[in-house]
Amino acid sequence: MPFLTVKFNLQKRVKLAQGLWLIYWLSVILGIMIFSLGIFFKIELRKRSEVMDNIESHLVPNLLILVGMLACGLNAFGGKMCHDCLDPMKFSKMKSMLKPFMLLSCGFNILLLLVVLLCFLMQFSIYLTLAEGLKNSIRFYKDTDTPGRCFMKRTLDMTQIEFRCCGNNNFRDWFEVQWISNRYLDMNNDVVKDRVLSNVEGKYLMDSVPFSCCNPGSPRPCIQHHLTNNSVHYDYDHRTEELNIWNRGCREAVFSYYSSIMTSIGVLISADVAGLKYLSTTLETMADPENPECESEGWLLEKGVKETFTDMLAKLKTLGRGNQVQEGENTPEVAT
Amino acid sequence: MALMVVKFDLKKRVKLAQTVWFMYWFAVLAGILVLSLGLFFKIELRKRSELMDNNESHFLPNVLIIMGLVACAINAFGGKVCYDSLDPTKFVKWKPMLKTFLVLCVVFNALLFATALLCFVMRIPLQFTLAEGLKNGMKYYKDTDTPGRCYMKRTLDLMQMEFRCCGNDNYRDWFEIQWVSNRYLDFSAKEVKDRIGSNVDGQYLMDGVPFSCCNPTSPRPCIQQQMTNNSAHYSYDHHTEELNVWKRGCSDALLSYYGGIMNTIGALVLLVTMLEVAVTVGLQYVHSSLSTLANPEDMESESEGYLLEKTVKETFTDIMTKMKAMGKGAKVEEGAAEPVATVS
Repeated sequence: MPFLTVKFNLQKRVKLAQGLWLIYWLSVILGIMIFSLGIFFKIELRKRSEVMDNIESHLVPNLLILVGMLACGLNAFGGKMCHDCLDPMKFSKMKSMLKPFMLLSCGFNILLLLVVLLCFLMQFSIYLTLAEGLKNSIRFYKDTDTPGRCFMKRTLDMTQIEFRCCGNNNFRDWFEVQWISNRYLDMNNDVVKDRVLSNVEGKYLMDSVPFSCCNPGSPRPCIQHHLTNNSVHYDYDHRTEELNIWNRGCREAVFSYYSSIMTSIGVLISADVAGLKYLSTTLETMADPENPECESEGWLLEKGVKETFTDMLAKLKTLGRGNQVQEGENTPEVAT
Repeated sequence: MALMVVKFDLKKRVKLAQTVWFMYWFAVLAGILVLSLGLFFKIELRKRSELMDNNESHFLPNVLIIMGLVACAINAFGGKVCYDSLDPTKFVKWKPMLKTFLVLCVVFNALLFATALLCFVMRIPLQFTLAEGLKNGMKYYKDTDTPGRCYMKRTLDLMQMEFRCCGNDNYRDWFEIQWVSNRYLDFSAKEVKDRIGSNVDGQYLMDGVPFSCCNPTSPRPCIQQQMTNNSAHYSYDHHTEELNVWKRGCSDALLSYYGGIMNTIGALVLLVTMLEVAVTVGLQYVHSSLSTLANPEDMESESEGYLLEKTVKETFTDIMTKMKAMGKGAKVEEGAAEPVATVS
C-alpha cells in the first residue's frame, strides 16, 4: 500500500517538474546564502580574535561554508534532473541515479539539522572563550610596546566604543588593573610613589577608566578619573550617576552579538530544511513516470511507513549476515 | 539620405528586438539603482542635518528619486513595446505613439546627463553649509538642557568618533569656546572664577577637548585636559605629539565623505545615461526597421533601419521650420479672427 498516493496525468507531471525545478533553484540561492553567512561569521570571529584568547573554534563557520557548497552542488544537480525529467530519453538515463540521489538528499538534511544544533550549542564555548580573552585583554591594555600585544589597547578601545560596554563584567574591572604603562608614570612624584607602594604587587591602581568607556549620551562632559570620589567633581554622585560611562560589561555585549548571529543562522537553516527540502523530497518521489503520455501514480513511500522501516532493517541485517556467510565460506576453503 | 543605415531581414529584426528588450530590463534595474541612490543620499543628509544647520538643500536627492522613478516607467514601457514589436498585430497599436515616445526618451536622457553634472557641482554649496553648521554645533555642545539642542552633544561626539576628526578645522577650535555647561561648574571655586574673569565674554575656556577627540591608536592613555601644558603630564610634548587626539578637522572629514558619495553617484548616473542612450538608439532602429518594410504584408521581407530619417542638418532645419510653422499658425489664427468682427 503506497504512502500518500496522488494521480498524475501529463500536464500535472509537467507542472510538478517545473515547480520542483524552481524550488531547486531557490535552494541553490539558499545554499549560496548559507555559504556567505559562514564566511561572514568566520570574518567576525577573526576580527575579534584578540579578545577571544586566540583559541576560538572555527568549527561552525567552516561547517557552514562546507554545507553551503554541498547544498549548491546537490540542488543544482537536482534542478538539472528535474529539467531532464520531462524528456523521456534523458530520464531513462537518469533513472538509475535517482534513488541514490534521494538517499543523499536525506543524509544531507540530517547534516543540516546537525549544523543547526551546533549553532545553538557552540554558544557556550564562545561565552567561555570571551570571558578568558577579555580578562587578558584588560591586563595587556598598557603593553603597547610589547610585540604581539601592541594593538591590544586599540582593539579594546574600539570594542568598548563599538559595543558600548566597559570592562569585563562592569567598569570596576579597570580599578583592579594597572592600565597606564610605567613609561608614562613619573616615578619621582610622591603621589605616584604612594599609590605604587599602597598595594602588594606594586601596581599603579586608580579609580579611573579609559576614555573608550565614556557614554556620548551623557549630558555632562565625561568624568573618567576619580570616579568614586564625589568631592572632586561639582554636583556629582557616583552612586546615582547612570549616563556617565557605559554600565554594561563587554563580555555580555560581545556575547549577545555573537549569539544573535548564531541563532539567526540556525533559524534560517532550519526554516530552509523544514520548508523547501521536505517539499522537494515529497515531490521527487512522486515524479516517477513510466509511460510519458498516460496517467500514473505518484507516492511518498513505496510501501507504508512501518513496512519501509522493516524493509530497511531487513536489508541491514542481510548486509551483516552476508559478511558473516562469506567469512564462513572462506575459512573452510583456506583450512582445507 | 538616412543616417547610419543598416539592412535587416526577419532573423536580424527578431534578434535586435530581443536584445533591446533585454537591455530595457537592465535599464529598469538601473532606474531602481538611481532611485535607491537618491534615497540613500537623502537619508545620509538627514542623519546629520543637525550639523548642517538644518538648511541643507535636499534638491539633489529629490531629483535623483524622481529621475529614478521616471526611468523605471519609461524603460518598462519601452521593454513592452520591444516585446510586442515581434508580433505585428500587437505592434500596430503602439506604432503611432512611438515617435513621440522616442523624442521623450531623448529629452529624458539629456535631463539625466544634467543630473550627473549636478552631482559633481553641488559639492560647493555643501561645503559652506557644513562649515557653518559645524561651527554652530560646537557652540551648542554644552546646551544639553536646551530643548532643540539637547542631542547636539551626542551627535557631535558620535560624529567625531565615527569620522575620526576633532573640531572644525582642528582641535584648537575647542579651546575658543566654552564646552562645559555652567551647571557643572563650581562658581565658588577660585580657579573657576579666575578663568571666567580672564576673558571678555565671561566664558570658561580651557585648553582641553572632549573625549570623542581621543585617538584609540595612541600608545598612551588619552590626554584631554591641559593639552598645551607640557609640565602637567610626564614625558609629554604637545608640539611633537601626533597620535594623542585626531589631527583632522571635521569639516574636512565630512566634506570628503559627502564628496565621495556625490562623486560615486555622479559616475553611476553617467553610466546609466550611457545605457539609456544605447536603448534609445536600439528602439529607434527597431521602429525604423519595422516602418520601412519592403512589403508591409509580408513579415519576412527585408527592411532598412536608420538612426535619423534625413541627415543631421536636414533634421535640424526640419525641426526649426516646424517650430516656425507652429508660431506662424498661431499668428494666422489670430489674424483670421479679426476680420470676423468687421464682416457683420
